[in-house]
Amino acid sequence: MSPRRHDRRFNDARDAAGNGLLDRRLFLGGAGALAGGAFMAFAASEASAASPPETPTGMTTPGAPLSGYGSPAAYEREVIRTLIRSQPGTTGAGSSRTPLEALEGMITPSGLHFERHHNGVPTIDPAQHQLLIHGMVARPLTFTVAALSRYPMESRIHFLECSGNSGAMYGAMPPTLTCGQTHGLVSCSEWTGVPLRLLLQEAGVDPKADWILAEGADAAAMSRSVPMAKAMGDAMLALYQNGERLRPENGYPVRLFLPGYEGNMSVKWLRRIKVTDTPTMTKDETSKYSDLRADGKSLMFTYPMEVKSVITRPAPGLRMTGPGLYELSGIAWSGRGKIRKVEVSADGGQTWAEALLSAPVLAYALTRFRVPWKWNGAATVLKSRATDDAGRVQPTRDELIAQHGANVIYHYHAIQAWQVEASGEIKNVYA
Amino acid sequence: MSTREVFAVATCVLVLGGCAGTATRETPNLGRAATQAEIAGWDISIAPDGRGLPSGAGKPAEGALVYAQKCQACHGEKGVGGPNDRLVGGQGTLASKTPVRTVGSYWPYATTVFDYVRRSMPFIQPQTLTDSEVYAVTAYLLNLNGIIGEQDVMNAQTLPKVKMPNRDNFILVYP
Repeated sequence: MSPRRHDRRFNDARDAAGNGLLDRRLFLGGAGALAGGAFMAFAASEASAASPPETPTGMTTPGAPLSGYGSPAAYEREVIRTLIRSQPGTTGAGSSRTPLEALEGMITPSGLHFERHHNGVPTIDPAQHQLLIHGMVARPLTFTVAALSRYPMESRIHFLECSGNSGAMYGAMPPTLTCGQTHGLVSCSEWTGVPLRLLLQEAGVDPKADWILAEGADAAAMSRSVPMAKAMGDAMLALYQNGERLRPENGYPVRLFLPGYEGNMSVKWLRRIKVTDTPTMTKDETSKYSDLRADGKSLMFTYPMEVKSVITRPAPGLRMTGPGLYELSGIAWSGRGKIRKVEVSADGGQTWAEALLSAPVLAYALTRFRVPWKWNGAATVLKSRATDDAGRVQPTRDELIAQHGANVIYHYHAIQAWQVEASGEIKNVYA
Repeated sequence: MSTREVFAVATCVLVLGGCAGTATRETPNLGRAATQAEIAGWDISIAPDGRGLPSGAGKPAEGALVYAQKCQACHGEKGVGGPNDRLVGGQGTLASKTPVRTVGSYWPYATTVFDYVRRSMPFIQPQTLTDSEVYAVTAYLLNLNGIIGEQDVMNAQTLPKVKMPNRDNFILVYP
């Protein structure tokens, strides 16, 4: 039962917050009487739309042949990475984004994982590739990919988010883009690989060393400094993504993976690790991925991605299909741990209902949240607000900008508001 | 012994072993010793205090010639107005509503300019400039930004001593 059933703002026992947000357990099997009329109405309207089909041709002729590697259904060909943009005059120095509004669950298909490259995707023969570990170590070592593949591995489900994700939301006007085009520089995969500390221990790290430099084998020789505590902690040399070897655009044959940290640090096509006493102050950690505040000073080494959530269905890129019962669905994540709760509002933030978190809820992973919503067909604003297990709560956009200014570019993580129009259109608004 | 037992025992050895120089968790130990020559060929990174800078030298006027040929098409004449990142100017704009982040207005270390130009530029032919050409281009950009004089020579000794204008405006969040 809803604890708020006597609140006069709400219509009946199923209401969890204003303007039609229903108890998150509505769709669960055990919810019993709670499900009641609304769900039946939903089922009935679905049923009335369909008439008994003729026998489909797929049942009267043999189907397509077996194949060596599967592809999405032909009817899903529009579900592709989006907003593919590169620096002027280049083709591989930019990003492509995950179409969040077209996806469900917590795992991003490998082919739809966002991309951010600084000078294209190198073609690397794993038989030729080597990783060098040197600098402040007792034994400088090189490892082939075959050698790395013999080390004990771990598998973990983690999001990766570019620190520039959602950066357009710092702009004076809300971007008129799809959900994925605005927020799709985040993806989540199962990563499998070798704990970096095993290799560092084999090389014998000088106790005076506090940092490593990680460098890629791409045409930008992309490089970032990483604190030794992270390198000796949960840092991984990832070899597999979602069960198969890394995709080229995700660092084949080996990438660094730093759970929770801004994506740029998880250096792809990893070629060299230099153990050092100080940060190297590379271009990307000084002039690019530093956060310029309103006072002209910049924050440097802002590593963890902050607590964040976004409703992905409904969201820009999709349309409402008439009044009635919907399930609001979205993703939440935090670079500082697990998601503790996600609250959703269907009345522009006046009242909030707690969403159901879809198991498993893992540290540094996307968490799927859902909540039933009975839309009355009137215009309104949807919002979601995540809290992580460190107690950090997603701020409003005004709060975020008041704290850091609007010149930051990076680490945008404010509450997202989607305006639902009576026409069914869904827009990005600052509300 | 099961796989789990092997790693459990290895972990105990590690914990008891202590010293990082000698104790090694049981692993396949498949790292091959890297030679100093190999390392020298791979190690292109430059520390902010200048460690790693190679021999060679360059002046702004020499850099202007390299720049016109290899950089200007993307970055514009004298580092302004090209289709790609602006490299010159913007000093005094960082606290405004339209900050202009360039080498001169934003970058905190001159060594980073050398490191980045050498590893990543020119965009379509990275790692093709000689070390002296990289010093010269670096000198040219620093001079265009009013940070060094026209006759100043950049080399392994002088470059780390260049104080960038925005150097003290970074707040380290880590550690």
